[in-house]
Amino acid sequence: MNKDFIEIRWHGRGGQGAITAAKIVAGAAFVSGYAGVVMAPSFGTERRGAPVMTSLTISREKIYDLSPIETPDIVVILDHLLLKEADVTHGLKPGGIIVLNTPMAFESYHFKDYKLATADITAISVEAGLPHGMVNTGIIGSLEKAANLLGIDILIQGIENEFTKRKPEKNALAAKLAYERTVAGG
Amino acid sequence: MHIIENGNVAAALGVKLCRANVIAAYPITPQTPLTERLSEYVEAGEMKAEYIPVESEHSALAVCIAASSAGTRVSTATSANGLLYMHEQVQWAAGARLPIVMCVVNRAVGAPWNIWNDQQDSISQRDTGWIQMYCADHQQIIDTVIKAYWLAEKVSIPIMVCYDGYILSHTYMPFDVPDQEQVDAFLPPFRPDYALNPEDPANLNTVTLPDVRMDVHGELAHGYMEIRYLLQEEMRTTLAVAAEAEKRFTEIFGRGGDPYIEPYRCDDAEYVAVGLGSLTYQLRVCVDALRKEGINVGVMGVRFYRPFPDEAIANALKGKKGVIVFEKALSYGYEGALASDLKSALYEHLAYTGALPVVQNFIVGIGGRDIRTEELTQNLKAATQHRVSKEPAWIGLKL
Repeated sequence: MNKDFIEIRWHGRGGQGAITAAKIVAGAAFVSGYAGVVMAPSFGTERRGAPVMTSLTISREKIYDLSPIETPDIVVILDHLLLKEADVTHGLKPGGIIVLNTPMAFESYHFKDYKLATADITAISVEAGLPHGMVNTGIIGSLEKAANLLGIDILIQGIENEFTKRKPEKNALAAKLAYERTVAGG
Repeated sequence: MHIIENGNVAAALGVKLCRANVIAAYPITPQTPLTERLSEYVEAGEMKAEYIPVESEHSALAVCIAASSAGTRVSTATSANGLLYMHEQVQWAAGARLPIVMCVVNRAVGAPWNIWNDQQDSISQRDTGWIQMYCADHQQIIDTVIKAYWLAEKVSIPIMVCYDGYILSHTYMPFDVPDQEQVDAFLPPFRPDYALNPEDPANLNTVTLPDVRMDVHGELAHGYMEIRYLLQEEMRTTLAVAAEAEKRFTEIFGRGGDPYIEPYRCDDAEYVAVGLGSLTYQLRVCVDALRKEGINVGVMGVRFYRPFPDEAIANALKGKKGVIVFEKALSYGYEGALASDLKSALYEHLAYTGALPVVQNFIVGIGGRDIRTEELTQNLKAATQHRVSKEPAWIGLKL
């Protein structure tokens, strides 16, 4: 993966916080020296529970092209049931990474041409003390484990800054636990 | 300080830094998060302003007209059909010479109903007597809002700060938020020459006769035609004042450029793409790709649409073989309004040279249709090789 220009597409459900998660990664990338970060949500059809998407592009230089990303390096899926509802691997580059929140075992998935990383973020987040269904901080830990983008410390710092008044320690713990327990394939 | 936020927040922060005193707006997608943010600033006491909720866009601008006439700095914002619903008041604000700054978050107009981006809304208000400034990214949004207040109050003409719905309004990217002290140094408090005063009642903009007449003080008062002539004259001299605004801004904030146009790789270009807003930044990527193929092409963003910087545009395009105008709006029955205006400027300033660039007009992204960079590049390339069509060519049309 070319780490000077990284395209990540996030799939979640309305209300799950995919946009907030992408925003945290964007902020961490910017303070890490990526001058160009652009996070563009899909527009118009977002509502609670419906499949939603957001794209995040991270670049060493300012980004001038704001058109939707077509060939992501990474897709992040906050709910494994979306695999049946949306074409989540659409355009994913060969050798690209799939980061998946799932209660199922890593071995139960077979993605040809892609690298898979899984964790049961839903359970991990509850263990970290978050309400059931809050997975948008845990998934950041899995993303970092799978892609080795920015370092977990700066991402946890970003999480704590974003959730200053909303359980910063528990959100940070969810990401840390997810980072430790993510199973990533080659 | 750099932050990562969306374009609506960039606009809201600009309005806050300019210390607007009265805000009246009616929510409409994709402008809604901007007015929500402003109402939050007022509620939290971060802005010393009155937020006046209204029942329509027509009322929003009516409130702004009244508040501005009373000598306060005002702010409003809208999109698409909301802008069209205020149209009568839009004309009024310009005729009354009120320095209102309004963000127009560009969106397609109905029918059929559509909430996505194009620029038909603001382009359709071209002839209302408002200054129109277009932004290509978030830094330009916040900076343009700040410049707009200074300029509007200097020339007593209202300004639309236009930026693309969703593509900019809902997209997050980093931008610098200036310090309050910097903005205060740039923008003095609003002290109009005349403001409504209950102690000294007056009629404003009442029936004004076709001809001049003596007023109650025995002085010769302008007729309607003189008042409208002065609007045109002062719109044209606004171009020079805009250069002053840019100079002052650059001195205080340390960034700025050409006040009218934003050229990229144009100096040695044989062909130049022209457009308004975020599209012109996307076209930079097309230009870079075509340069690698050995095609000498550049792109020029137009930052001021009204008053139209005809001389700056014509000078920048002098000696070019072709100009390719990409637009997210058109004057139905002819072509894109920018293409027409640009051709007029070329004719005016370059006809004497005997060498006018060929102009090709493309229509793109109507109603939020995805503008694919590869497709944009191929169309730009085609226009450097042959005449694509006399009529505007629609990119990505599926008929």
